[in-house]
Amino acid sequence: MIRLENVTKTFRGARVLDGISLNVDLGERIALIGSNGAGKTTLIRCLLGEYVHDGVVTVDGINPRKARAEVLAQVGFVPQLPPPLKMPVGQLINFAAGLCGTEPARIDDIARRLGLQIDGIRSRQFVRLSGGMKQKLLIAIALGRDARLLIMDEPAANLDPEARKIFFDILAERVKDATMIMSSHRLDEVSALVNRVIEMDTGRIVLDDKVADMGTLHSRLDCQIVLKHADPAIAKALESWKFSFDPASTAWSGEIAGADRLRFLGVVSRYTGLVTKLDMTERPH
Amino acid sequence: MKQFWLTARLDIVESLRARWFQVYTLVFGGIVALLFLFGLTESRVLGFIGLSRLLVTYIQLTMAILPIFVLITTVRSVAGDREAGVFEYLLSLPVSLWAWFWGKFVGRYIVIFMPVFAAMVLAVAWATVQNIEVPWGMFAYYTALIAAMAMCFLGFGMLISSIARTTDVAQGAAFLTWLLFLLFLDLILLGVMIQERIAPELAVTIALANPLQVFRTAALSMFDPHLIVLGPSAYVILDLFGTEGYKVFAVVYPALLGIVSAGLGFLVFRRGDLP
Repeated sequence: MIRLENVTKTFRGARVLDGISLNVDLGERIALIGSNGAGKTTLIRCLLGEYVHDGVVTVDGINPRKARAEVLAQVGFVPQLPPPLKMPVGQLINFAAGLCGTEPARIDDIARRLGLQIDGIRSRQFVRLSGGMKQKLLIAIALGRDARLLIMDEPAANLDPEARKIFFDILAERVKDATMIMSSHRLDEVSALVNRVIEMDTGRIVLDDKVADMGTLHSRLDCQIVLKHADPAIAKALESWKFSFDPASTAWSGEIAGADRLRFLGVVSRYTGLVTKLDMTERPH
Repeated sequence: MKQFWLTARLDIVESLRARWFQVYTLVFGGIVALLFLFGLTESRVLGFIGLSRLLVTYIQLTMAILPIFVLITTVRSVAGDREAGVFEYLLSLPVSLWAWFWGKFVGRYIVIFMPVFAAMVLAVAWATVQNIEVPWGMFAYYTALIAAMAMCFLGFGMLISSIARTTDVAQGAAFLTWLLFLLFLDLILLGVMIQERIAPELAVTIALANPLQVFRTAALSMFDPHLIVLGPSAYVILDLFGTEGYKVFAVVYPALLGIVSAGLGFLVFRRGDLP
């Protein structure tokens, strides 16, 4: 689906992409990782036809720079930093839907599923939304159409656990008919979502590896954490994951998305001194 | 065309909410209000009284303010949007570069022309209510002049925005462009004429290449059809164009200059990195 051949990009003499060659098939879910300045964003911008470069980039055999509208009609993009748009939310949805040939109602539906009260913010300026709301809306615009290529830069970074769970569900619905590229500084943020990892460093691909597809996008885990005693700090953390507390057994229990297990364990690890028992059981499909 | 109109509409909506637009509208609306308030329609200059007097003053003030305002606000918002990541996101949507650039141009044109025109309409409406005679010919020609002026400097602004990569550079270049036109109104031109002893035809040609000078002379021609205040230069201009011909030139040339500049800007924009 995507072909990059010896792609090189230079900014004022500095080589930011250094002869990148890559093939990506339909249905692949790629973690594009690397530190700041590794070339991830530049690579994404070349894929979106936003940068001129040496070498060849094609999506379904078409050059995204030359046939922008045709290629980008198939692409859903979520940037890492939301743009400071002054237009109202409703206007942004109508604009994006009009260009992408989709119904605004589809975008509204995804936004509602992510927990965004879209009707209440339709006339509010996009730039005045909170970070999480902006992220949800941009995800809804990217997923509220028949995109065959999803390019997402740190897509779940600003989402609360509940919205992340739903986000993974929506991605799971698209697994078979879309290719996904998720860019992140850290592999643990996206590792459970992908079946291929590409690591970049100083404009080159230094690792390109397939990973076992555990089907974690669909999965759910029942979790129980028993504490030595009740504690307000861990209570605040687990309440944000919608866990409930049983004072009699000083146990917290709740459900997490399979793709979120590493992130969840990272949260719990801050309170290991309090934990006497931790149980995570994957539900059968 | 759908992409084009969507982009134009988007730019209009974004501009209407921007602070620069509020200031811009306030400035031109305020000028007309002040001119009425200070009783300019009652004063007489060169035989002009009533709304003609007001329109003459208004066009002079507009010529001083509009070019720098259009240049700075255009480059600030276009280059600023690019720096802030607006281009990165909006150009990831399926819109052709043609539709994006020209949609933005048309949207911005409507936004910068409307307040200036609306102020003139306001003046006419008020004059009608006050039973002051409306000089429709002058109103129509000044409207055309303002439309051409807006087109001209918007074109320059779009060209500068396409070339400059940062807001600071774009702003600096816009200011220098305006300054260059301003200096060539009189100062440099006079200096060149005295020092180099160039032919008057060449000096007039240089002056007429400057859109600011073209507007100034056209505005003068409305109350001084023989351009007596220009001295001997008037002979060259009127021999070349004739009175009516110059009026047409003063509208067509700057408008074309603006479109050609924007066209060059589009070529630069299309060939380079977008965000």
